[in-house]
Amino acid sequence: MASIWRYILAGLGLAALLLGIVAAVYLTLPPSASGPDLSRSKKTANGLFVASFEPEHGVVRQGELQSWLLTLKTAAGAPVEGAAITVSGGMPQHDHGLPTSPQATDYLGEGRYRIDGVKFTMSGWWQLHFSISAAAGSDSVVFNIVL
Amino acid sequence: MSRLTSVACLLALANLALLGGCGEPQFSDAEKKTIASLALNTLPSLKSDTTNQYADAPAAAALGSTLFFDVGMSRDGTVSCSTCHKIDRQFQDDLPQAVGVSHTNRRTMPLAGVARNPWFFWDGRRDSLWAQALTPLENPLEQAGNRAAFSHYIKKRFGERYERIFGPLPDLSAVPASASPLGTDAEKAVWNGMTAAQQDDVNRVFANIGKAIAAFERSIEPQQTRFDRFAIDLATGAAAQGDAVFSPEEILGLKLFVGKANCVSCHNGPRFTDNAFHNTGVPPVDGLPPDRGRVDAVAQVQADPFNCLGKFRDGDESACRELRSMVKDGPQITRAYKTPSLRGAADRPPYMHAGQFSTLDEVVAHYSKAPPSVEGVSEVHPLDLSDRERAALVAFLKTLSD
Repeated sequence: MASIWRYILAGLGLAALLLGIVAAVYLTLPPSASGPDLSRSKKTANGLFVASFEPEHGVVRQGELQSWLLTLKTAAGAPVEGAAITVSGGMPQHDHGLPTSPQATDYLGEGRYRIDGVKFTMSGWWQLHFSISAAAGSDSVVFNIVL
Repeated sequence: MSRLTSVACLLALANLALLGGCGEPQFSDAEKKTIASLALNTLPSLKSDTTNQYADAPAAAALGSTLFFDVGMSRDGTVSCSTCHKIDRQFQDDLPQAVGVSHTNRRTMPLAGVARNPWFFWDGRRDSLWAQALTPLENPLEQAGNRAAFSHYIKKRFGERYERIFGPLPDLSAVPASASPLGTDAEKAVWNGMTAAQQDDVNRVFANIGKAIAAFERSIEPQQTRFDRFAIDLATGAAAQGDAVFSPEEILGLKLFVGKANCVSCHNGPRFTDNAFHNTGVPPVDGLPPDRGRVDAVAQVQADPFNCLGKFRDGDESACRELRSMVKDGPQITRAYKTPSLRGAADRPPYMHAGQFSTLDEVVAHYSKAPPSVEGVSEVHPLDLSDRERAALVAFLKTLSD
């Protein structure tokens, strides 16, 4: 009887050790490299501007019509004024566009533009594509948002 | 002997731990999060409608309720809103296409939670509940009335109630008995002969009829179902009791709904709708006029004098962001229709915008097969669900009606 008891204890101990190793490996692995770049601030495609894109009221809510702020600076850090901005986008994995037509509705100073009418109707990977024309030239930038 | 018993107990416990903890759990954390987001207790309280200053006025809702059930609100005195939106049938009529004064080309939509919609009708050709309520009143296939006649009728039947809510009625003594910009050729001609001030007076009374009906409809809200009780228990970790216990088939259906079958992509949130328009390849119905869905509704909502940007809106233009930011063109809105709520759906066949499918089995089979659309591009892709999986989805959908 005593030997069965010992085998069971040893078995449980080994199982726990194995679980610990698996957990440690899992937790220390780098995040999947195939996921989209989720940075909210980046250089535009040709490096003309630095663009930042944030929800105006801080939180992204699925299904709600929200306003976001697109902030445009030159590479030297000066705010970009008087930019003409068009917005498009969609869900790359679903082959469909945006459920709304977001537009740059207001210039708020210091390179900040209000992009109103943004709505994410489902969870998943969304892309917003901005075409930007300003005195310095035209450029574009894509932001990825995953809900 | 006692040691043998303790070993047996330990083995039994280890087995339980393996099955319960390390085996396949009923729902993953991600699934639990999605399921919690579908439960009715996450439905926020109804927002005010600033475009309708009477939206939450009890007297307006009371008048709206009277008008909703009043067959006098039609050309021939036989049709009311409630003819198709039947109070004991989830405010719908069980028909493939509604029948008012004549046969229409669309399925009647149920009304639970209707005040939460950004868009109305299957194609979103109206942008507020009060503007929606006006449309069947003048549709020749529905109530077939005209706004001049409705103004006279309101003054005669409900003048005092109207004035207590909306203020003095205009002088209608010189307004013709029948006239409307949307009516018969004769009614249009009479309308065009009216002064701008008379047209404005009539339009104002007509808009207020819609605002009263909308005030009433705001009280129609979805009810808690078996699914909601199950979801709350799942979220809180409480042991499900009574009818909140799901059968293995219902659990499989729910897992498919939030997982492999992708239903939750569009049927999301506590109302099971994303309030958006999608082409899902639903076939047209032989014998009905051509129907292209959202793509043809864009111009209609823009042209509607009662839309959010029109002069009959109360409050300011900040309420019009949905209209301002709507998608106006592009392939995705051709034969696109609004995602309907699934709450109560099991009890109200037939399904789709023109009653194309008579059972939920047919609906699920359609999404599993995902045939191409006759026009535009269907957003859904074949799922090839097994018989067992399709039946499980239907079993789950029924929990939204119990």
